[in-house]
Amino acid sequence: MALPGFLRRERIVARPGFNRWLIPPAALAVHLCIGQAYATSVYKTALVEDFGTSQTAIGIVFSIAIVMLGLSAALFGTWVDRNGPRAAMFTAACFWVTGFVVGGIGIETRQLWLLYLGYGVIGGIGLGIGYISPVSTLIKWFPDRPGLATGMAIMGFGGGALIASPLSRQLMNWYDPEYDPAVAGTVPSGGAVSALFFTFAAVYLVFMMFGAFIVRVPAEGWRPAGFDPSTVKQKALVTTESVSARNAVKTPQFWLLWTVLFCNVTAGIGILEQAAPMIQDFFRTGDTSTVAVTAAAGFVGVLSLFNMAGRFVWSTTSDFIGRKPIYMVYLGVGLVLYVALATIGNSATWVFVLLAAVIISFYGGGFATIPAYLRDLFGTYQVGAIHGRLLTAWSAAGVAGPLIVNSVLDTQGEPGSLVAANYRPALFIMVGLLAVGFVANLLVRPVASKWHEPHRDAAGAATPTPERSAAR
Amino acid sequence: MSTSISKEQSADAQRPVHTPTGLIAFAWTLVGVPLAYGLYQTVKTALTLFTG
Repeated sequence: MALPGFLRRERIVARPGFNRWLIPPAALAVHLCIGQAYATSVYKTALVEDFGTSQTAIGIVFSIAIVMLGLSAALFGTWVDRNGPRAAMFTAACFWVTGFVVGGIGIETRQLWLLYLGYGVIGGIGLGIGYISPVSTLIKWFPDRPGLATGMAIMGFGGGALIASPLSRQLMNWYDPEYDPAVAGTVPSGGAVSALFFTFAAVYLVFMMFGAFIVRVPAEGWRPAGFDPSTVKQKALVTTESVSARNAVKTPQFWLLWTVLFCNVTAGIGILEQAAPMIQDFFRTGDTSTVAVTAAAGFVGVLSLFNMAGRFVWSTTSDFIGRKPIYMVYLGVGLVLYVALATIGNSATWVFVLLAAVIISFYGGGFATIPAYLRDLFGTYQVGAIHGRLLTAWSAAGVAGPLIVNSVLDTQGEPGSLVAANYRPALFIMVGLLAVGFVANLLVRPVASKWHEPHRDAAGAATPTPERSAAR
Repeated sequence: MSTSISKEQSADAQRPVHTPTGLIAFAWTLVGVPLAYGLYQTVKTALTLFTG
């Protein structure tokens, strides 16, 4: 289907002199909105009560959205690369906002399937397209600092939850004055949640469309002043060649990175998903914990901050020390920290918080650095599409992480009676996963030349390499 | 005729632009203010971990 003229890639090619520092806020405008997905726990209890159903039935909404994120990023990645960031951001905004409207109608009319369809399926498609839409554009605008560039955008996804959580509580308090976020036990009404959904739909529409309006792609051959690509080429694993998304998935490098991301995310989710009850259980004596409910909420806040900061700081660091070494840190140091958490994590609250916070910063860093790693290995040609396909690892980890932790804890005892020792089996499974990821990262080598796209001569004719022809 | 139009379009695409500083500042403010609000609220919540 042909795109309307204003969305087409050729309409947003930047003229000489365009300031590339307008692109990060365009990316953030999208990622700050879709990052709301991490804040769904704010109204989970309200929906459980309003629909009169189980925690699991409501929790599935978030799971559907994350699975759809991975699937849509994989399916539409090539379309996003072909049509450019404006078309992608516009489309993502339409899906994300429609998801909130349909989901809001579902809550208003008490039809759970509409919430699944709206927020889960339709919104999830918006999540996937929105997540990858600015990434390849940022990499092309910042060839000198791709880690910084992707860190800035993907930091926004972490930041989206920081904004949406307190804002949701505030808005629901306005829509339902009987709900007071400061008073434990009060729950907002379903009407307040649906009103919140409609409000978010309006606000996110404006924000995301602003991002789509200001985004530009660099002209062919553009490079930042003073930047010499040959200096980048000298780094190990970095290519100036191009690999198509179709060929990338046939390489061992893609699947090694898939394993790396899957292991890193699964391990991180292990802590994130259980954060509040986990800190209370680690410091439990009998039926009581020395960590209060409000302090446990504070712990979730600390993790959110480190999750977001890790995305920016570690991804930027990777520009200086390289992608493979930074993943050795995420997975190798992360492994040691997990062992420490399992063995000495209950010695003092500050030890537990410090260990968990650094682990979560590695979790965020892993997300933010992967697009730059892909760019190093496969070039910028279809990096958005390759990134989209790789995000299926996130979907798989989103299912595996909670499944591992919850099934282990189920064998250990009832919630509210667990102690630090009950978490050790799950934590050591995560240690094993990180070890697998560490080895996978060690095995990453430059992509074989047979997968490189053919160079074009002056007349525009392709001159395929013999190896690539043979590979086809 | 169409050739001259495409030449004009090509020349237009090559004409340098100056991105208004105000637009860049506005764009960063638009995303920065909500982010600052979120950070402030989260730090406030996180402090309860240490202050009880």
